[in-house]
Amino acid sequence: MSRTVTLTVDGHEVALPEGSTLLEAARAVGVEVPTLCYLETLTPVNVCRICVVEVEGSRTLVPACSRVAEPGMVVRTGSARVRRARRMVLELLGSAVHLDLAPEVASWMEEYGAEPGRWGTPPAPEPRVDNDLYVRDYGRCILCYKCVEACGVDAQWTFAIAVAGRGDEAHISTEYDVDLPESACVFCGNCIAVCPTGALMAKSEWDLRQAGRWTPETQHTTTTVCSYCGVGCNLELWVQDGRVVKVTSPLDHDVTRGNLCIKGRFGYTYLHDLPEGYLTPIDHLLSRF
Amino acid sequence: MFGAGGGTSSYREIEETDLIVLWGSNARAAHPIFFHHLLQGVRNGARLYVVDPRRSESARFADLWLGLDVGTDIALANAVGREIIAAGLENREFIRRATTGFEAYAESVQPWTLDRAEEVTGVPAAAIRDLAHAYATADRAQLCWTLGITEHHNATDNVLALIDLALLCGHVGRYGSGLVPIRGQNNVQGGGDMGALPNKLPGFQDVEDPDVRARFERMWGRPIPPRAGRHLTLMFEGMEEGVVRAVYAIGENPATSEADAGRATRLLSGLDLLVVQDLFLTETARLAHVVFPAAADWAESEGTVTSSERRVQRVRKALDPPGQAREDRWILSELARRLGVDWGQPTAEEVWDELRALSPIHAGMSYRRLDAHGGLQWPCRSEDDPGELFLHSRLWKDPIEGPPAPFMAVDHDPPVDRLTEEYPIRLTTGRHLDSYNTGVQSGRYRSPRRVGGTLDLDPFDAASLGVRDGDRVRVVSRRGAIEAPVRVSDGLRPGLAFMAFHYPEETDVNRLTIEAWDPKSGTAEFKATAVRVEKL
Repeated sequence: MSRTVTLTVDGHEVALPEGSTLLEAARAVGVEVPTLCYLETLTPVNVCRICVVEVEGSRTLVPACSRVAEPGMVVRTGSARVRRARRMVLELLGSAVHLDLAPEVASWMEEYGAEPGRWGTPPAPEPRVDNDLYVRDYGRCILCYKCVEACGVDAQWTFAIAVAGRGDEAHISTEYDVDLPESACVFCGNCIAVCPTGALMAKSEWDLRQAGRWTPETQHTTTTVCSYCGVGCNLELWVQDGRVVKVTSPLDHDVTRGNLCIKGRFGYTYLHDLPEGYLTPIDHLLSRF
Repeated sequence: MFGAGGGTSSYREIEETDLIVLWGSNARAAHPIFFHHLLQGVRNGARLYVVDPRRSESARFADLWLGLDVGTDIALANAVGREIIAAGLENREFIRRATTGFEAYAESVQPWTLDRAEEVTGVPAAAIRDLAHAYATADRAQLCWTLGITEHHNATDNVLALIDLALLCGHVGRYGSGLVPIRGQNNVQGGGDMGALPNKLPGFQDVEDPDVRARFERMWGRPIPPRAGRHLTLMFEGMEEGVVRAVYAIGENPATSEADAGRATRLLSGLDLLVVQDLFLTETARLAHVVFPAAADWAESEGTVTSSERRVQRVRKALDPPGQAREDRWILSELARRLGVDWGQPTAEEVWDELRALSPIHAGMSYRRLDAHGGLQWPCRSEDDPGELFLHSRLWKDPIEGPPAPFMAVDHDPPVDRLTEEYPIRLTTGRHLDSYNTGVQSGRYRSPRRVGGTLDLDPFDAASLGVRDGDRVRVVSRRGAIEAPVRVSDGLRPGLAFMAFHYPEETDVNRLTIEAWDPKSGTAEFKATAVRVEKL
């Protein structure tokens, strides 16, 4: 059994197993800390800085997602200094890229009074549509590294993408920036699954959004088991108008931890792509009998 | 194994083991999410040994790749066993307490010196020795395999040779040590569990046991034939003999998936009655007298499937089936009604609850519990049983519970389709990452990685034939010939060629394969065909 660590978060004392993070401590006392680059299935890289909190005695703010709790720490998650830092992070991110598909960002902008417009408007580069399975819209990329981690040792071990360039030029890229089909990519789509801003998106969803026909309010999801191979991956089928429009896997199921392969994530189209004549009566098939 | 038809371990154990042996498996392509767990094991420090004729995508992650000749698995396993014994590394305490037949086994592997094994398998003696010592000295070890072991005429013997190694070192029945056959289809485990085997009723209960039959007969109100039936290969033998005259094929495409598909098609065409129930008008369905269009049960119906870690999980209905397609359960019940037995239209849960009443290893798996736990692993005998993470811990009790595990001495027996001057190249078959079986489902989405049906050749063989990537060749076996474009691959060795079996419309590789089959399991020798390649 591991030992426990006791610390204080926003005035609440909390005891946690040794090795827990400040984010886990905050959640344990019911305090919400915003995160973008953090995901429980990935190694924290603490690059987005939206989760920073103040630790008494620490010169700088610390990222809650990766800072390990120590005995006696006094943590403040909502101090003026923390709020100012988060506002700045949101403004810089929001002036660099389009965040309208990141689910909670709009509410955080409001909460922290962020006005990204005062730093300029983000550019809108053409999305890269170089294959039939998924689209890369780097005008939405906040360089959070999640896709790189999912493609690397946290899940897939394919290493098809990495951060290329320095400073303003930094961007996620395949080797020599080749199109995905020419790259090492195996189209598992595990990068899409972890992308927090919609920069990576299944083509099926992207096409519907482009056509103005993506309607989350009419969708339902059903959890089932993949029909390819015998590993037993859980699939969440997103259904709109009687058609599967997207496939994901639950993060909290320990067979997949949210990951799938190309067949599981994209191989469902045979459900709808029916051959000619499939829906007509089949009496002619009985003729030999 | 040892009376239970399932892998012993859970996926999570491979993340916490010390040594992983992947034998006759290209899990990286065929079982990608299992391979994620395996790679976490490697990341946590486990060493990985891959035994495969091809330097496959999986082998590229290995600490050591043992590139054996196709069909020499027993020679290699026996040499590993001999070396472990010769070095005094066997687990004597475990062997004494929990096994039988060690003496006979030790004697049977005696001729398999490292040098002889090198000669027969093509694997350097030092590599065999390395694997033997690594496996025997690891604290925990997982031995995993797939169809590279089982698609041979001596499939069962291949498996026994691997089980012997686990018994030799005590690598079974402990957390992190186990024997792991990874299943190729989402419910091949569940199908067997549910009694879709010729000699078993649900829950691996023997159909020839009168007490077992009596319990089922009481529930079902009908007598059950007291003898084992035919497995697929024997069904085709029966068609050849004219004894089997009618076939009802549900979700199976034997006209292309059987070895020697030409023969399979001829036999299916000659039946008095062929009924096919499938999602699409498959090659087999085209031969049928009656076709029942079926729902895709994993998305258009309710039920359960069982994975390679014995985990029973629910599949759920997300969509209505298209057109006239019906759920399998509906079709079967309706067919029964028209044959004079009215079952009504039971729900999936009602069918499952009946099964739970008859199969003790599933008794504790109510739908409510399956939902709450994200699936449960059998055996799960009551509603307060959490299910088993790994099997055969009984072998480590003192004294052991139940019967000891037997060593089974088996000997090397090369592939039936011999290499000769006329047919000098060994053709083996397997899967591509983005495709599945005969391509009925996977052929319909637009994969950017699809390579299609190619004949993969070693650069040396390609050069001697004077062919390059994309050149068309004729591949000829003793049973048939097909044409295919060449793909030069650095994952092969001279004399070894590879084809995937996903593209029967372009390259029907089972026109070439041999129907030679294992009398114990009924599996055909898909993995070892002798061919020659002719430049076109």
